[in-house]
Amino acid sequence: MFKKILIANRGEIACRVIKTARKMGIRTVAIYSDADRHALHVRMADEAVHIGPAPANQSYIVIDKVMEAIRATGAEAVHPGYGFLSENAKFAEALEAEGVAFIGPPVGAIEAMGDKITSKKIAQEADVSTVPGYMGLIADADEAVKISGEIGYPVMIKASAGGGGKGMRIASDDDEAREGFQSSKNEAASSFGDDRIFIEKFVTQPRHIEIQVLCDSHGNGIYLGERECSIQRRNQKVVEEAPSPFLDEETRKAMGEQAVALAQAVDYASAGTVEFIVDGDRNFYFLEMNTRLQVEHPVTELITGVDLVEQMIRVAAGEKLSLTQEDVKLTGWAVENRLYAEDPYRGFLPSIGRLTRYRPPMEQAAGPLQETGKWQGDAPAGDVAIRNDTGVFEGGEISMYYDPMIAKLCTWAPSRAEAIEAMRNALDAFEVEGIGHNLPFLAAVMDHPVFIAGEMTTAFIEEQFPDGFEGVTPDEATVQKLAAVAAHMKMLKEERAAQISGAMANHRRRVEPDWVAFIGREAIPVHIEHDGDGTRVRLLDGTEFEVKSDWRLGDSVFRGQVGGERMIVKTEFIRGGARLRYRGADMKVAVRTPRQAELQAMMPVKLPPDTSRLLLCPMPGLVVKLAVETGQEVQEGQALCTIEAMKMENILRAERKGVVARINAGEGDSLAVDDVIMEFE
Amino acid sequence: MKDILDELEARREEARAGGGEKRIAAQHSKGKLTARERIDLLLDEGSFEEFDMFKTHRCTDFGMQASKPRGDGVVTGWGTVNGRMVYVFSQDFTVFGGSLSETHAEKICKVMDMAMQNGAPVIGINDSGGARIQEGVASLAGYAEVFQRNIMASGVVPQISVIMGPCAGGAVYSPAMTDFIFMVKDSSYMFVTGPDVVKTVTNEQVTAEELGGASTHTRKSSVADGAFEDDVEAMSEVRRLVDFLPLSNREKPPVRPFFDDPDRIEDSLDTLIPDNANAPYDMKELIVKLADEGDFYEIQEEFAKNILTGFIRLEGTTVGVVANQPMVLAGCLDIDSSRKAARFVRFCDAFEIPILTLVDVPGFLPGTAQEYGGVIKHGAKLLFAYGEATVPKVTVITRKAYGGAYDVMASKHLRGDLNYAWPTAEIAVMGAKGASEIIHRSDAGDAEKLAAHTRDYEDRFANPFVAAERGFIDEVIMPHSTRKRVCRAFASLRGKKLQNPWKKHDNIPL
Repeated sequence: MFKKILIANRGEIACRVIKTARKMGIRTVAIYSDADRHALHVRMADEAVHIGPAPANQSYIVIDKVMEAIRATGAEAVHPGYGFLSENAKFAEALEAEGVAFIGPPVGAIEAMGDKITSKKIAQEADVSTVPGYMGLIADADEAVKISGEIGYPVMIKASAGGGGKGMRIASDDDEAREGFQSSKNEAASSFGDDRIFIEKFVTQPRHIEIQVLCDSHGNGIYLGERECSIQRRNQKVVEEAPSPFLDEETRKAMGEQAVALAQAVDYASAGTVEFIVDGDRNFYFLEMNTRLQVEHPVTELITGVDLVEQMIRVAAGEKLSLTQEDVKLTGWAVENRLYAEDPYRGFLPSIGRLTRYRPPMEQAAGPLQETGKWQGDAPAGDVAIRNDTGVFEGGEISMYYDPMIAKLCTWAPSRAEAIEAMRNALDAFEVEGIGHNLPFLAAVMDHPVFIAGEMTTAFIEEQFPDGFEGVTPDEATVQKLAAVAAHMKMLKEERAAQISGAMANHRRRVEPDWVAFIGREAIPVHIEHDGDGTRVRLLDGTEFEVKSDWRLGDSVFRGQVGGERMIVKTEFIRGGARLRYRGADMKVAVRTPRQAELQAMMPVKLPPDTSRLLLCPMPGLVVKLAVETGQEVQEGQALCTIEAMKMENILRAERKGVVARINAGEGDSLAVDDVIMEFE
Repeated sequence: MKDILDELEARREEARAGGGEKRIAAQHSKGKLTARERIDLLLDEGSFEEFDMFKTHRCTDFGMQASKPRGDGVVTGWGTVNGRMVYVFSQDFTVFGGSLSETHAEKICKVMDMAMQNGAPVIGINDSGGARIQEGVASLAGYAEVFQRNIMASGVVPQISVIMGPCAGGAVYSPAMTDFIFMVKDSSYMFVTGPDVVKTVTNEQVTAEELGGASTHTRKSSVADGAFEDDVEAMSEVRRLVDFLPLSNREKPPVRPFFDDPDRIEDSLDTLIPDNANAPYDMKELIVKLADEGDFYEIQEEFAKNILTGFIRLEGTTVGVVANQPMVLAGCLDIDSSRKAARFVRFCDAFEIPILTLVDVPGFLPGTAQEYGGVIKHGAKLLFAYGEATVPKVTVITRKAYGGAYDVMASKHLRGDLNYAWPTAEIAVMGAKGASEIIHRSDAGDAEKLAAHTRDYEDRFANPFVAAERGFIDEVIMPHSTRKRVCRAFASLRGKKLQNPWKKHDNIPL
């Protein structure tokens, strides 16, 4: 076995690999760029090597620099993680040339699966079900129409070198096929410099389901079940689970066997993923093969008890698989939610900055991964599993240079419903402040009836959130429970307030039991009584909630029982009341005395003033950078320009969404306070 | 007997009716509450004890004798805020527009005298059209009587003014002399002369809101210490402030039970200071992470944002915080920030509130605007205020402490009790580059040599240890344990006794 490996990656996946390596007694080497000097993976590794400036194309994906780091540290093998150099055949070759093991498949497999057309050909030869289509190059629009007719509409016209939706068109008749061919070709030429086009059947009600395979270099191959990854936003996966709620045993077996056959056709040896698209009738078609560890691999680990990174390392070291297909059992259900530093309220705009607070839910080990002793890390045992693969920490900086994914939160439970419920609670307990993030959006997905029913397709987000995400409006029962939580908090707060020193002896303030909770637009009269260690909150209609919790003033998360039901609510006192966050809802709640409530009703409702039209210079200083142009649409929070004052750079951001109408300052201009830098439409 | 008792009740009803239903409705239609409604919100339920409910004016000119509403346009008395006594007066705009008559002033003076004698704060709710013109000089005399009491009470009991309607002309000078002025957005304004007079005299066209609204006074003039959305929020925030303040200069600041561990470690503070010495960071994060339960009551939030002032609690009791804010103007001192902080420091000192100073200051802001504006004397105010303060003073230098600004920011030399520094602190006369350029003037043309000198200077002085070697820094502390260290520091100073030499009063550079 290797004594030392280098992880040619950063963030959560580097940390993830280090955990397993450490468990196996292997020393680890991290590499880092300028921006990652204080990153978690650097702290966790035994050694760390600096490899250049922040942009990945000057550091993490520069093969020479990584090779230097390998030589300098004497690492015997390299784990590439995902992204960066993980599917780069040249990198694998460079390692081979120096006799360093690549913890991934052989070069030939990477090359064979790297091209969409080649990989499809190999798949067909290996009897893997592929989407009906024409594999050859298409000369002109007439040929495109003819082929489309033969395949049967609807068809998808795709760039061979394509990805990310570019150079892709759907056609449902001859005219659309003609048009689509031309525009795909143009787009492919300009985006990829490669205008090869192919046509295939367009799959309706498509689901993205992938098979995890594991092969050694002795000709053994197995599959470890599937992962359902249909919930995606712009081809970026957001929620994954294993197994899929859609597959039956027969389909699973067929897909698994074909996936292994494909892997063996290219002499695959490592962990790999064969992606399929599955239609509403459970017809499945090969999409592509990812010759690396997938981001969402933890859900497979959680239901199989197999540590995939460990298996990759063992295979790379030349070991035989110790598992046979019969050993693979899928037990229970695992769900993964990806936490992105993207603000769902601002069109999922990436958000950067300092993580002023980052408190993931407490990890908890359970299920197959715990039973096999393969759980990475040292979480205490629980009835459900909570696993958080992360590469960040409180006080860390989220930079603009890398992927905005900051954590993968996974839960496992015996059933799907329990795993989802565990995820809801884990999301409620997850504290992230300082940057915009998608926790509320994830919570909304976990509560969505289509997801709960397991009926999602790859169009789920587009169809269910057509206008983007505007927050969650809780139902009446939830509002009542939140009112009870707010009332409980208010009671503790007022009772403490009455205990201040210096009060007039014998004339202490008596805290009255009757209050009115204002939540959203609703005013809910409540009667609050202390009852042992909790409070009893009675609503006007007689509904009574017993609130039991060890929450204390200053705690940022309320954990307790409300009317016998478990609730985890993020709490914060703000001017005029409290902010409660629960299941994706973000609410301001004010609990007032009946007199305050009566007088509050007379207060005018104020609309926020319109300050969006101008960007004023907040301080005397020098314009060092203008980040936008006239006519450009900007999102709330987007950087507009940088002002240097007292040798400090201050970034001015858009207060709301708008279009830049005029820019009055140029780079290098000296500005005074309140000078108009730009105007908005 | 019954009739006589009923008679009292009837008279009370009459007094409580103020200016009558119509005027009350008019007040409400402006989004404003009445004098009594405001008192209801300010004080603990049922705690209000009213005085002079039946007092009426004595004016007989201009037919005034025909209308003598009981109470004469101001409601006065005392009550409690969380059980602690406060005196209150609340002007009633529904009676003669809340105008101040001789008797109206007498009522205010009465509660102020009681407050001074009995040691309790005075909270004034201002909503008045101004002097009662019909009374002429008697009304002006009334103002001056109130002014004199504001002056005498200053530093004896906390005085809080809430401007909840118009406050113009001479009337502004009573709030001006109190400790804190709060305003309500869109429904209050303050000015010495109104828009009409301004137009006549200077030809300036300006609205009342632009001239003296909440935004003007919180952002531009710094007359007001804060602004609230509406009357309800204003009263509840004043209650919150009262909970931070001692009742008088004879008492210690209040203590409340607390649930936040004084030994709480905040690992994230170890990464608060950016790698780049010129990159800003938010000093508020440090304040909030130090404070009990993250509760920070900021004073003058919208003005001179390069310095932060406000109250927090440590171990349940009040501490005043002054902190440079690197996010704005690099946290430098200038005219506005010096004035803002100086006034805050003097308030704390007057009322025995310990002061925590968090320092990251690159120096004073240069420029003609500053020099012509008298930054020398304004900067001296803060220096003076810190130097004369005898309350416990704990200072933490997080990063830069350069030049004269280092001295000013509660340095050891100004009787700082415990002066701590983070390992990232740089205590020096100026930044390394500037210093090297002066010391090695002969190498001025040689960029390479100068860079080497700069590095040498950085190695030698860009740290807290030179100051620590001299004892100017008592201890270099880890950022993550700052709360614990600061809590223990103040705990050790609970018995502090320090007296300035007797003097009639000092002569702070006003």
